[in-house]
Amino acid sequence: MTAEIPVRPPEPPATDATPPRQTPVQKQPTRLLAPLRETGKLFALALSVTRAVFRRPFQVREFIEQFWFIASVTILPAALVSIPFGAVIALQVGSLTEQLGAQSFTGGASVLAVIQQASPLIVALLISGAGGSAICADLGSRKIREELDAMEVMGVSPIQRLVVPRVLATMFVAVLLNGLVSVVGTLGGYFFNVIMQHGTPGAYLASFSALAQLPDLYISEFKALIFGFIAGIVAAYRGLNPRGGPKGVGDAVNQSVVITFMLLFFVNMVLTAIYLQIVPAKGS
Amino acid sequence: MGIEVVVEGLTKSFGKQNIWQDVSLTLPAGEVSVMLGPSGTGKTVFLKSIIGLLKPEHGRVLINGVDMVNSPERDIMETRKLFGLMFQDGALFGSMSLFDNIAFPLREHTRKKESEIRRIVMERIDIVGLLGAEGKLPGEISGGMRKRAGLARALVLDPQIILCDEPDSGLDPVRTAYLSQLLIDLNAQIDATMLIVTHNLDIAATVPDNMGMLFCRNLVTFGPREVLLTSDVPVVSQFLSGRREGPIGMSEEKDAATLAAEQLNGNGNGNGYGSAPRTVVPQLEPSPGMPVRQAALRRRERVLGMMGRLPEAARTAIMNSYTPAAGGARP
Repeated sequence: MTAEIPVRPPEPPATDATPPRQTPVQKQPTRLLAPLRETGKLFALALSVTRAVFRRPFQVREFIEQFWFIASVTILPAALVSIPFGAVIALQVGSLTEQLGAQSFTGGASVLAVIQQASPLIVALLISGAGGSAICADLGSRKIREELDAMEVMGVSPIQRLVVPRVLATMFVAVLLNGLVSVVGTLGGYFFNVIMQHGTPGAYLASFSALAQLPDLYISEFKALIFGFIAGIVAAYRGLNPRGGPKGVGDAVNQSVVITFMLLFFVNMVLTAIYLQIVPAKGS
Repeated sequence: MGIEVVVEGLTKSFGKQNIWQDVSLTLPAGEVSVMLGPSGTGKTVFLKSIIGLLKPEHGRVLINGVDMVNSPERDIMETRKLFGLMFQDGALFGSMSLFDNIAFPLREHTRKKESEIRRIVMERIDIVGLLGAEGKLPGEISGGMRKRAGLARALVLDPQIILCDEPDSGLDPVRTAYLSQLLIDLNAQIDATMLIVTHNLDIAATVPDNMGMLFCRNLVTFGPREVLLTSDVPVVSQFLSGRREGPIGMSEEKDAATLAAEQLNGNGNGNGYGSAPRTVVPQLEPSPGMPVRQAALRRRERVLGMMGRLPEAARTAIMNSYTPAAGGARP
């Protein structure tokens, strides 16, 4: 019921914008467009994070803490995964080239595969699986405990205070980790090729410089940087928007990892295609 | 002096569900206002809309010329520094100790030295009675303590506008009484505009200068405390006396048939609503030693100016409260 209003404080002077009196009819958004809407919000977050990176004051402490945390949970698994990965590629490529009679090129081929494809992907999977899930769970539980609201109410932007240091941390850890994985993977490949398949060390190293070139390393690091950014943004996005309660946070973590994986493989394909188009293969 | 908060035609829905519509009111600068309402009428949503955490579809909230609904995010962030918001369950940062929690706004927004921060924070911790617990984590203390710590954090920047979301829930009656006194003392000291959202009748009767009530998607009324305390609007009188008879049912609204039957039967009091004359309890005064509440003086001018438009009962109550000697018979 609408009671008669006994008294109100004096109304401010009438303005031109009169609010509608009747219940506003809400247009229900269609469910079909939901994925597009989510994508749009994800890009909006990426944009505002990019802008907030340049806003002072930069949260050095938070950045270092996050950097250390992500590095500490990813270094060991990354090294352990990259040895067998390098070995598998070396063995596979080795047996293939042996059949073709191009055994002397094993080194170059396996190194290219490791540095350009395997290494950034291993890094990305570990960053999103180990670091991203932790970021997502952390932000998600802060959100449902209203900590982020409290922060915003105090005039502190959670994006600048929490998300930016985390995204930067995932990016830098990804780049550094990519170096580690490339080296360990290459050494693993070398070891298995030379020891197990009795390849000649000289040929392995020679084909290395015959086929590989510096831009291969650049694109590898660039990919790692981009993948780290994507992993950080997706984790933050899902963490900032959990649906309803603690179960929602669990779902959000799950989704963030899956979404990151799918995005990574797609972006990897695009980047590889572009790279192969614009950078001529060595010797051609 | 506090800042006036002007709310104009605010309407908020979640999906198809309308929470409230066309809410217009003015929180007079420096005065204490209380927003009442049964559980689930969107009181907390109203608070969050004022501070810009939720965006209503229509209307605006003007603070210092900034519209907290539609202005650019940067202006809103800047304006929020004028606010202190006490969340329902404290909303403390779980990974920080109470001290760091309360120091957080100072460290973020000021360039004070650590020794000075320490002094200010310990002062606030003392006010809310948490001395000795400053090293604990929010997970290690009781709900009431978290609430008080949340209040201390809201106060640390000397806000111009203080919003309290159910300050009484989770507190025992004695602590609630202390908290009421604390809010009045604070108002006397820093002259901030305060809005308290609650359904605690003691707070409603003794603390505010102004009261409003949300019910059934509408702002039923907003005005000086005497107007509501003497009001014979069924919803208001039912709520303020905590009776079952009246328009408020278990699931917010009674259906018309039940209501009609109730009125026919002439329920408990015999004569329908508002038959028992309700006494207006005097408002809390600041503790001895506190400065005079400037807001009370301003309010007096304001209320006397609008006297002609008030209902008879409210007028009598106001006159009584402003002539202390004449009303000597008051309990």
